Amino acid sequence: MPVDYSRLGLKVGLEIHQQLDTSTKLFCNCEPALFKEEPEITFLRRLRPTQSELGQIDPAAFFEFQKGVKILYEADTNTACLVEMDEEPPHPLNMEAVETTLTVALMINATPVDEIHVMRKTVIDGSNTTGFQRTCLIALGGEITVNGKKIPIEHVSLEEDAARKTGQEDKTVRYRIDRLGIPLIEIATAPVIYSPKEAKQVALAIGRILRATRKVRRGIGTIRQDLNISISEGALIEIKGVQELELLPLVVEYEVQRQLRLLEIQKELKKRGLDEKGLSEEFVDVTAVFQQTRCKVISRALSRNMRVLAVRLPKFAGLLKRELAPNLRLGTEMADHARFWGRVGGIFHTDELPAYGITSEEVENLRKAVKAEEEDAVVFVADTMENGEDALKAVVERARQALKGVPEETRAARPDGTTRYMRPRPGAARMYPETDIPPIKITREYVEALLKRLPELPEQKLRRLMKEYRLNEKLARQVLDSEYFELFEEIAEKTKASPTMIAAFLTETLKALKREGVPTENLSNDKLIEIFCMVGNGELAKEALEEVATWLSKNKDATVKEAIEKLGLKMLTQEELEKIIDTVVSENAELIKQRGSRAFAPLMGMIMRQVRGKAKAETVSQILKRKLEKP
Amino acid sequence: MNEKTGLPGYKGEALEALKRINAEIGDLIRITKDGTRFEGILIPRSEYGDDKHVVLKLKNGYNVGIRITPSTRIEKIGEGAKPAFSPPPPPEKRGDLPKVVVISTGGTIASRVDYRTGAVRPALTANDLYSVVPELAEIAQIEAKILFSLFSENITPKHWRQIAEETASHIREGVEGVVIAHGTDTMGYTAAALSFALQNLPVPVVLVGSQRSADRPSSDAATNLIGAVKAAAYAPFAQVAVAMHADFSDKTILLHKGTKVRKCHTSRRDTFKSVNAKPLAKLDLETGAITMLTREFKERDPKRELVLKPKFEEKVALVKFYPGMNPAVLDWYVDSGFKGIVLEGTGLGHVGNYCFEALKRAVREGVIVAMTSQCIWGRVNMNVYNQGRDLLALGVIPLEDMLPETALVKLMWVLGQTGEVEEAKSLLTTNFADEFSPRTLPEKIGE
Repeated sequence: MPVDYSRLGLKVGLEIHQQLDTSTKLFCNCEPALFKEEPEITFLRRLRPTQSELGQIDPAAFFEFQKGVKILYEADTNTACLVEMDEEPPHPLNMEAVETTLTVALMINATPVDEIHVMRKTVIDGSNTTGFQRTCLIALGGEITVNGKKIPIEHVSLEEDAARKTGQEDKTVRYRIDRLGIPLIEIATAPVIYSPKEAKQVALAIGRILRATRKVRRGIGTIRQDLNISISEGALIEIKGVQELELLPLVVEYEVQRQLRLLEIQKELKKRGLDEKGLSEEFVDVTAVFQQTRCKVISRALSRNMRVLAVRLPKFAGLLKRELAPNLRLGTEMADHARFWGRVGGIFHTDELPAYGITSEEVENLRKAVKAEEEDAVVFVADTMENGEDALKAVVERARQALKGVPEETRAARPDGTTRYMRPRPGAARMYPETDIPPIKITREYVEALLKRLPELPEQKLRRLMKEYRLNEKLARQVLDSEYFELFEEIAEKTKASPTMIAAFLTETLKALKREGVPTENLSNDKLIEIFCMVGNGELAKEALEEVATWLSKNKDATVKEAIEKLGLKMLTQEELEKIIDTVVSENAELIKQRGSRAFAPLMGMIMRQVRGKAKAETVSQILKRKLEKP
Repeated sequence: MNEKTGLPGYKGEALEALKRINAEIGDLIRITKDGTRFEGILIPRSEYGDDKHVVLKLKNGYNVGIRITPSTRIEKIGEGAKPAFSPPPPPEKRGDLPKVVVISTGGTIASRVDYRTGAVRPALTANDLYSVVPELAEIAQIEAKILFSLFSENITPKHWRQIAEETASHIREGVEGVVIAHGTDTMGYTAAALSFALQNLPVPVVLVGSQRSADRPSSDAATNLIGAVKAAAYAPFAQVAVAMHADFSDKTILLHKGTKVRKCHTSRRDTFKSVNAKPLAKLDLETGAITMLTREFKERDPKRELVLKPKFEEKVALVKFYPGMNPAVLDWYVDSGFKGIVLEGTGLGHVGNYCFEALKRAVREGVIVAMTSQCIWGRVNMNVYNQGRDLLALGVIPLEDMLPETALVKLMWVLGQTGEVEEAKSLLTTNFADEFSPRTLPEKIGE
C-alpha cells in the first residue's frame, strides 16, 4: 500500500552544499584538492568547548571533551598550510567564491546583504581544526519554481568545507585536513517539500542552477545534501551528507518508515506496560558467565583484562530485532548510541542470540545473572569498565527514548539510503563573529554588474542543447539533469564523437552500469574524454565503449591504453582486417559460389563476430563488398 | 567607541538612525529596505567599520551589515535580553594542594564568548579561571590577581618593575610558585627582565601566553596555563621560565629559561624557542610528568631568601646594524643622554667601518656599547676578523651567545643598579641568570 505522505504530515527542507571550483581555498592560497598518500605531517589536538555568556554548552561536545577525546590531524603540504592547521590567522575571504555565490543568489532572486560578516559556527567534533566553521551569509530570500510550485529559499551562504574523518581508534579520532577550507555554497530551502519525489526534483533544480554558473566542482563528494525531515507524530530529524541525488527520495521514504516503526514500538511497549520507572541503569558484571566462551570478540576482550557488563531492558524482548529500515533494527540504533557515547566496538543483545559463538547455555546464565524475565531483553558489552558503563548508559537512554517515540537527532546518510545515528541535535546555532576578517561591502554597482552577466538559466540551456548538438528533447533533458552536463559539452567540443552517442552513454549506459554494481565513480573525466577522443578518431569502436568503461571502473588506477590492451580491443589495422576477411572469404568459397552477392549478410555476421570492438562495421562492410565484387 | 550611547563602534548616519529609535546593543531591531525585511539583534560595530551600515544578528545566527539609506525604515521591536551568566559553582578548594598565584598583565589567557553580541570577555577572577579551565582546581589552590590589562607591545620597563615587585610580594607570602599571564609579543623581554630582577628565587616564576585567542575551542591558552600552573606548583627548578607549546600538538609544554627564549614565529603555537640553550624542562600534558632537560638548573628551595632588584634604566637602545646604516643614529643616542647601546651586528659581531667614528665617540662619552649578533643563533667572536678586533679596540664589549633582546634588558638592569661605567661593564659580563652559556651545542636551527 502506498504511503500517504500528506496524511502523515511530511515536511522536508533541503540544504544543498556544493563545492565551488575556485583556484584557491576560501581563506588561504592552498590548492583545493585531496591527497591519497600517507600524510606528511600529523598533529594531535584537543578541542575545548568554549563557555558562552548564555551558559549554553553543547552536551555532546562537552561529553567528548570530558572523556579526553583527542583528534589526530593528517596533512600534506600541497593541500594544507598553517591556516588549515590553525597555526596562522585566515587570509581575506576569497572573492572569486563570493562572486560565484552572489551569482547563484541573483539567479534565484535572493537579496544580497550590503555587508558580509564572516562568522564562526562552533563545531567541536574535530572536523574543523579551529573548533568552528567559518561561514557567512551572502543573500536572503529568493525562490525557485519546481513543477509550477514556488519553493522559497531561506538563505544562500558561503562557508568552508570541513576536514574529512579518516578513522577512529578508541579516544583518538583521525581527520584529514585537505578538504578543510574548500569553498562551499549552501542553499537552504524552506520546509515545504511534501513528498520523497519532490525532494529530488527540488534538489535537481537547485543543482542545475549551480551547475549553470560553470563554477562548481564536479564528481563524487563535491555536492552534499542535508535534509530535515519530520512527520506530525514523529520528530525533526536532520540527515547529513546525502552524496547522490538519486538517493534523496529513498532517504525520505526510509526515514518516514523508520519513524513509523519507532512509533509502533512505542505503542507496543506501552501495551506491554512499560513506563520510564521500569528502566534503570543497573549494570551487572557478568564476566564470570563468559569465562569459557567461544565467542571470539568476548574472549579477546577478556584476555585484555576487560569486563563484560550487562543491563536488563524490561519488556524489550523481540523489539530489538524489529526492523526499522533495511539493515537497521532498534538494536542497531542502540549499538550506534553505545559506540558514540561509550567508544565500544558494538553491543550484544539477547534478541540475536545464541550466535557469534555464544551458546544458549551462556544466554541462560546471563539472563539469570541479571534476573531477566522472558519478556525482557539483555544488552551487554565487553570492554573497559568505563567504556562499558558509558555504552550501557547510552543504551538505557535510547530505550527510554523508545518509550517516548522518535528522538530528535542528527543522522548520517549511508550509500544505501538508510541513515545511522550520528549525534544528538545541536542546540541553536552558536555563532560569533570571525574578528580576523573585516566585513566586506557589496556595492550596488557590483551587484548590477553581476546582474548583467548572469549565466544562462537551465531552460535556456535545454533549448541550446537541442539546437547546437541536435539532441532530441529526451536526451537533452537527461543531460541537463545529469551531473554530466559540463562534461558532455566538454567531450562534444573536444572530440569528434557524435553528441547523441556521448549523451546516451553518459546518461544511460553509465547509469545502467552503476545499477549493475559497476563502480563508475572511479571513471575520471579525463579518462572519459580520452575514450571518446579515440572513438571520434576511429581508434576505438563505439561498440567497445561499455566494455572499456566497465573495466576502467573496476581498475581505478589503470590507464585507457592499458584497458584497451587488456581487453584486446586495439583496433585492427587495415592489413590485419583484410587478412581476416580474406580468410573468411576463402573458407566460404562454396557459399559465395552458391549465393553470389546474397552471401554478403552471413559473411558480414561471421566476420563481425571475430572483430567486434576491434573494427568499425562500415569498414568491414566496405572491404567485404570490394572482395565479393572482385574475384 | 561611543560608550555613552550604548552603541559602541557606531558613528555618523548609522549612529543617528539608531539614536532616533533609542536603540541599544542587544535590542531587537527591524530594518525594512527595498521590500526586504531584516530582523535581528543589534550588534556592536567594529571601530574601523564605516558610518553607513548597521549590523544585525539574524535569527539564524548570522550577522549581516545593512546599509542605511534615506529609504530605509528602521524600528526597534524589542528590548534586548541582558546576558545572564551563572558560572558553575566553583570547585571546592583543596587545602592540600600547593598555592599558586596567577598574575595577569594582559592578553586573555581565559575567556568566554557572548554569542548574543559576539563580545569576548576575559576571565578575571580565580573562580572565572576555574570555571573556564576546571582542571586547574585539581592542580593547585589558585589566587588570581589582575595587575594590568595591556597588549604586550605596550609593556615597558616600568611595568617590568611592577611585575617584579608584585611577584616578590607573593613569593614572600609563601606561595609555591607564580604564574604570569602575558601577551606573547614581548613576553621574552619580560622573562629576561624578571630573570635579572628576581634573584635567588626560592620557587619557579612561569610566564605564559597563547598564540590562538582563548575564545576559540582550539586555543592553546588553556593547555599552556595548565602547564604553567603545574610547573609553578611542582617543577623542581626555581627560575624564571616561559611555558608554551613545544610543537603543533597539544601534547607537550616546554619550559624555556627566561634569558634564553625568543619569539620566533608570528603565529605558530610553538613560536617560543630556546636559543643557544636547551629548554629547562618539558611537561607531558597527558601524564602531567615534568622532565628536566638540563642538569644545570637552580633547585627549588622554599627557604632561600629572594633578592629583589627591580630597577631598570630606560636610556638604553638596541640598534640593528644594516648595510649603509647612517651612523648619525648612534650620535643621536649619545646626544640624547643614552647610557648604553646594544648593537645587533652582523655575523660574528661586526658593523661597517663607517660607524667606527660614532662608536668611538659614544665610548669616549661613557656610553656602554656591547655587541650581539643578528644571526640570533651562535656566539659572537670578534677576534676572527680585523673589523672585529678594531671594534674591540674601540671598547665594544662582546656579549658571547647572549640574545640581543636579553642583552638590551640586561644592560637596562645593570645601569639600573649602578652608574659606574667600569662596575657596569663588569656586571654586564657576569653571568647572573644563565644569560651566557659556556658551551655552544649543536642544536637544530630551523627546518
